[in-house]
Amino acid sequence: MSEPRRTPLHDLHVAAGARMVEFAGWRMPVQYTSIVDEHLTVRSKAGLFDVSHMGEVLLTGPGAESCCARLFANDARRLRVGRAQYSLICNDAGGVVDDIIVYRLEPETFLACVNASNAERDIAWIRERAQGECAIEDACDRYGLLALQGPAAVAVVEALAPDVAAAVTSLPRFGCARTQMAGNEVIVARTGYTGEDGFEMFVAADAAAALWEAILAAGAAHGLVPVGLGARDTLRLEAALPLYGHELDADTSPFEAGLDWVVKLDRPDMIGFAALQAAHDGGARRQLIGLEVSSGIARDGCEVLASGTSIGKVTSGSYSPCRESGVALAMVDREALMGGGEEAVELAVEIRGKRKAAQRIELPFYERIRDGVSR
Amino acid sequence: MEFPDNLRYTKSHEWVRVEKDGSVVMGITDYAQDAMGDLVFIELPEVSDEPVAKEEAYAVVESVKAVQDVYAPLTGRVTEINDELPNTPEVVNQDPYGDGWMVRMEIEAEAELEELMEAAEYEEMVSDIS
Repeated sequence: MSEPRRTPLHDLHVAAGARMVEFAGWRMPVQYTSIVDEHLTVRSKAGLFDVSHMGEVLLTGPGAESCCARLFANDARRLRVGRAQYSLICNDAGGVVDDIIVYRLEPETFLACVNASNAERDIAWIRERAQGECAIEDACDRYGLLALQGPAAVAVVEALAPDVAAAVTSLPRFGCARTQMAGNEVIVARTGYTGEDGFEMFVAADAAAALWEAILAAGAAHGLVPVGLGARDTLRLEAALPLYGHELDADTSPFEAGLDWVVKLDRPDMIGFAALQAAHDGGARRQLIGLEVSSGIARDGCEVLASGTSIGKVTSGSYSPCRESGVALAMVDREALMGGGEEAVELAVEIRGKRKAAQRIELPFYERIRDGVSR
Repeated sequence: MEFPDNLRYTKSHEWVRVEKDGSVVMGITDYAQDAMGDLVFIELPEVSDEPVAKEEAYAVVESVKAVQDVYAPLTGRVTEINDELPNTPEVVNQDPYGDGWMVRMEIEAEAELEELMEAAEYEEMVSDIS
């Protein structure tokens, strides 16, 4: 096996005492102090994540818009300059190749941010199917990616870059812009993977360490801490954000995963159109639901039972620090879940050979207070 | 990382302390709690006259990232459990050899104690694997 790759921040993580693990072919920090503490700090103050393992692809030129519209399931034609959209790469059978975020940086420049585990395959896929309609550049090595997340993220940006803070903090959700922060050229976007407010910053790989240290220094007074992949996973799970290879894969349709809102069926030349249209019209056989277990964690692969009969499997399960319980996303048979019309089926999960009662929870498990309304 | 001299240790990272009354108290080691990370659930056995066999799984510790059986270092009967732990599993992270103790046992064969590692030997084993 080849050596895991290192992000531009690798040595800083090691120096900070992070516990390093291999993830998707990269050597990454899983925690600096404690997953639970880091998680709760992101919910109450702010956390800084190194997500430089994520892949980047640039699609540029006069044909970039129509190419993105053909290759990705959300409609890139509706994307204005300075906006980003969550999207999917689907295959001809309507399964999911990857879930991505597409940023429109200029009229003819689109940046697609893809999962680390799929980056190589995605870029080959995009190149092959672009058929020369636009230029495709593998920009994975060009950028580091930092995610600043949490209710104090705005205050940290104000402390970090007072000269541009007004413009950056007025970005709407899924807005993006090129700017300079603490002397570094960045593409900043109001996006994230935690269920909190926050920003993600693409920065030149050789400037990533300087920006990382500047953000941590500016954020210290606001309680900002570095956060590892362990809490990134528990945060995204509480927010019910899908993770490729768990909730999404080539055998899962976006409709089963609850991503109906992403797929815009208005482009018959879109890859997978016929299969997606059929899946949409036929109705999903399976459905992604949220479960809570009071003691123990139903992890990936655990059987889900309705009144004693298997109806599907857990796709992601972990501990929810905010609910102080075990929570799980599960892909289950829709009809069996309904129990033939009866309202309440008894749900259970099988954890290490033991059957434990599970409660169905409306997703997400956690939602930040917005407009004074909390769940 | 701590390896108190007055304890005996197993390869599977449990510790044992012999009390004045001859009973033994056991738990998981500092290395074990550190490797697991934040503990979030603990399942303990019930006090029972049924003996637990040496190397039998008698408890379960679960962290955010992993779940692990805890094996009995010795054969014996569970006479007391630390019933605070299921509600405060983080105590095992904070104080694995003190308030994080898991069960007390009356053991059957003192000879089994001699098969367990001394602190120095366990510390050497841990330094080889970490």
